Amino acid sequence: MKKSIFILIIVLGLTVLISMCMGKYPVSARDLVYFIKQHIFGQRPFNDPQQYDILKNILINIRLPRIIAAILIGAALSVSGATFQSMFINPLVSPGLLGVLAGASFGAALGMTLAKSWIMVQVGAFIFGLIAVAAALGLSMLNKNDRLLMLILGGIISSALFTSLLSVIKYLADPYDQLPAIVYWLMGSISAVDNATVFFLCGPIAVGIFILLFLSGYLNVLSMGDEEARSLGVNVLFLRSCFILLATIISAFTVVLGGMIGWVGLLIPHVARMIVGPDNRILLPVSALVGAIYLLIADDMARLLFSVEIPIGIITSLIGIPFFAFLLHRAKKGWN
Amino acid sequence: MALFTVEHLTYCYTHNPVLQDISVSFEPGMITALLGPNGSGKTTLLKLIVGLYRPQRGRVLLEGHPVLSISPKQLARRIAYVPQSHRLSFGYRVLDVVMMGRIPHKPFFFRYTDKDEQAALDALKRLSILHLKERPYTKISGGERQMVLIARALTQGADIFIMDEPANGLDYGNQIRLLACIADLADSGYTFIKTTHFPDHALWISDRVVMLKEGKIIGDGPTTEVINRASLYDTYNTHVDVIELNDGGRICVPEELHPVNDHKKVAVVF
Repeated sequence: MKKSIFILIIVLGLTVLISMCMGKYPVSARDLVYFIKQHIFGQRPFNDPQQYDILKNILINIRLPRIIAAILIGAALSVSGATFQSMFINPLVSPGLLGVLAGASFGAALGMTLAKSWIMVQVGAFIFGLIAVAAALGLSMLNKNDRLLMLILGGIISSALFTSLLSVIKYLADPYDQLPAIVYWLMGSISAVDNATVFFLCGPIAVGIFILLFLSGYLNVLSMGDEEARSLGVNVLFLRSCFILLATIISAFTVVLGGMIGWVGLLIPHVARMIVGPDNRILLPVSALVGAIYLLIADDMARLLFSVEIPIGIITSLIGIPFFAFLLHRAKKGWN
Repeated sequence: MALFTVEHLTYCYTHNPVLQDISVSFEPGMITALLGPNGSGKTTLLKLIVGLYRPQRGRVLLEGHPVLSISPKQLARRIAYVPQSHRLSFGYRVLDVVMMGRIPHKPFFFRYTDKDEQAALDALKRLSILHLKERPYTKISGGERQMVLIARALTQGADIFIMDEPANGLDYGNQIRLLACIADLADSGYTFIKTTHFPDHALWISDRVVMLKEGKIIGDGPTTEVINRASLYDTYNTHVDVIELNDGGRICVPEELHPVNDHKKVAVVF
């Protein structure tokens, strides 16, 4: 089990290095090594000193933030999806379950039409993501019979509400300027990500992921049922709230970074479960790593497949849907 | 001193009380069986005893302290609860399920250590189910699963086992093996409070029986005194003969299926 984590960390490292080299301006492996030598160890291996400045601009200012964003988004969505799937004991659950993604889309669209500033788009996405989840939780309180089922229903209603509100915004938006921006943003893309946002958000996302990893042992206990978990000395309500809150916040942050990137949070936990089995203590870290690798590769494809860059959300959906069919086929044998 | 004291307990899910003004106490080191028809409030009483529900009136004391004032962690070190409908979720390893019993002894952010694993292995060994340790616990039989849950209760370090119909859904052989295991643990000092639908199970291993009907206690005392033709009729509304064997053991024979004309004389049963 420890071995799979070790291997995945190495694969992630290699993927990062390869992603650094690939792009419209290819960087050779030798140049990358030279650059790292100079940038980190202070040596001066380049013949042409200008070469270092060019590489620094490409690697540090352009590619690195994007790579970090892809890793964070992939890891956050996958961990959040794995957490929800384990907590709700439901294979079809994804981070958007409680409405966070629908709420965030609405918030971002609102920001684009009203405030017209990028920071308001991000703030709007985050705040309305949380509002949508709060609405789902509020709706679930209306009926106390089956808490988990009511949460799922609350999430469906809340998602539907914010999707409708999004349609209202789209209808009212300026069709030549704002509407394409909204539509393009909803397809998800890391191309617009800037250094400031990445460095501002990488701390909170990483902390959120690590707390979830540290608490992952409790997911095993919670899936035994609330009463059994409580009789094992676990504060069920508090832990469930922690899991929902953390998973929601890190998903909302991914929307702030890269818009709507679908299917990752649903699929990657299944892939991880196939590799290491259902024990959440190992499933969550493996999901995080697989998700990071997957999104990094998807983003490389988005950058390089065509002469024009395509939104990463399209790539993740196109790969995701056939894979989902495969999962349905597999589900006959039992997903757990 | 009594282990549990239940004082004037009343509990309602909606409007009709499931338990009405129940007062009873449970002694340490005994097997107590709660008998009663469906809907008589057995499960509710167990859940109140382990502090899962808050009663509308009355209280439950564990050695003089209200159970609701004890933290879940502290309570889990004393009391292990095995619910009736155990929800099967993911195929965790049996060893991992048993190791969950160590959680009441761990801090909030925890990792299992070798010591925890050893405790789980010891519990599995004690119940002679060590061979199950690597199996997914969703793929073992119902009887094996009950034993795994008992192993987890042992790992918990609890001395009080609260079990809701532990023999439910087990085949005949597994029922007997489970009851033998419970009797064995009770001999070494553990306290059991369990519900059952089978008066025979109570006659086989229980020291004491509490009979419930419509949320009230209608019988309480040593098993052989409480389980008799009259009380079984009161409880289940069917005539059952309780027959004494040569060695003093007793069994139930439903009159409707097998009439016994002079049950006092029956001494050998094949």
